[in-house]
Amino acid sequence: MLNCIRAFFLERNVLEVETPLLSHACGTEPQLDFFTTIFEFAKPEKLFLQTSPEFAMKRLLAAGSGSIYQICKAFRNNEVGRFHNPEFTILEWYRVGFDLNDLMDEVEALFAELSEYKFESPKRIFYAEIFEHYTGLNALVFSFETYSAFAIQHEIQEVITFCGKNHAIWLDYLFSFFVQPHLGENGLCLIYGYPGCQSALARLNQDNSLVADRFEVFLNGIELGNGFYELSDSIEQNRRFNNEIQLREREDLPKVVKDKRLLAALESGLPDCSGIAIGLDRLLMILVEAETISDVLSFDIERA
Amino acid sequence: MAVYSTNEFRSGLKIMLDNDPCSIIENEFVKPGKGQAFNRVRIRNLKTGRVIERTFKSGESLEGADVVDMEMQYLYNDGDYRNFMHPDTFEQYQADAKTVGDAALWLKDQDMCTVTLWNDAPLAVTPGNFVELEIIETDPGVRGDTSGGGGKPAKLSTGAVVRVPLFVAQNEVIKVDTRTGEYISRVKE
Repeated sequence: MLNCIRAFFLERNVLEVETPLLSHACGTEPQLDFFTTIFEFAKPEKLFLQTSPEFAMKRLLAAGSGSIYQICKAFRNNEVGRFHNPEFTILEWYRVGFDLNDLMDEVEALFAELSEYKFESPKRIFYAEIFEHYTGLNALVFSFETYSAFAIQHEIQEVITFCGKNHAIWLDYLFSFFVQPHLGENGLCLIYGYPGCQSALARLNQDNSLVADRFEVFLNGIELGNGFYELSDSIEQNRRFNNEIQLREREDLPKVVKDKRLLAALESGLPDCSGIAIGLDRLLMILVEAETISDVLSFDIERA
Repeated sequence: MAVYSTNEFRSGLKIMLDNDPCSIIENEFVKPGKGQAFNRVRIRNLKTGRVIERTFKSGESLEGADVVDMEMQYLYNDGDYRNFMHPDTFEQYQADAKTVGDAALWLKDQDMCTVTLWNDAPLAVTPGNFVELEIIETDPGVRGDTSGGGGKPAKLSTGAVVRVPLFVAQNEVIKVDTRTGEYISRVKE
């Protein structure tokens, strides 16, 4: 699998890079949980193990690296399950000058080679369309009443309590449980046009500000990765960082350090680009038809 | 009582849900790459035996339930209650017919069984996996038949009815698997 990926990018003149796993700063998303460690030299300093190589790679892009890819370890605390191990392997790549469609084309091409064309031809579906198909709900316009009615109808009243009026959590829940299991049966499925409240580091769509320029990759009902038309506006990025830091404080989550070096890099100018991260352990799971992620790891966290 | 968060939900953990003691059967972690994590949990209500599925936001917590399984000796049935005794402390516990449920079919005086206590009161009774019981009523045995085919019903001293091979006779003691209600073998005195 790794050979195939490297050959794929070599052929397309995308440079393989390596960036630090340890960083002074980290992502701010409230849903991420970090591993930290102490750098003992001189004045002890807290360092974070990366949750993805995104920030460092964007700094390379801003410095003029051109298109790059990386295969590395990433770490997310408190994530253990059939599809999760707190230490896992990511393939992340950025394509300068690509928009989201170009990147989706490339993802399809890569998967076709990796799977030796054994899957059915890939599908591309608009988020709101598939969401409505399986739930009958409008994903872009939140209505507490209709969402709650759906929960009552499906006897999942507890969801109303913990989602409350938070549209993003409702979408996370409903999509994970009612939509995702149907995605990409024996084939690749790319879902694009995520609602704006789930934009993360993507741009908002120019023609429809309700949706973000983001897509996700599903294969056999399993989520493999996230692609973005990358946000390059440092002011907007800073605003989202601050929002998320405030949200973390309100919910009493561990403190994070926002990445000023990333903001400086964005300020100096990130080229127009699209990027994506793919979970390689899960991809391998599907390719070898493994039941759990531990089947494709030498030693999972329980045995590490 | 301790409080457990979704990360600590493991199979067998006893927790309180909707005011009933429950046991966790399975805990599945579900998380979109960017977004909120959830735990889909299968839970057995220890009072009703019903299995339900409940979803939690990861990090939510539930109060633990004071539920313990204890090996006890079954003493006797006084009509209203079945009486059990802890073999070390000699403490005695009473359980009504509803609590004992189907276990009553396999309880023989003096046998050991598992009594599940909730807040120190019996919640459920589980007989040993194998019990030895006497046949009090069955059709006469057929000599020479050693194959397992066919069989006949036999009523045991506890009132349970199991299928036994044709060669097994009345007043014999047999070994039964209480989980399936199946005959295992004859027991030589």
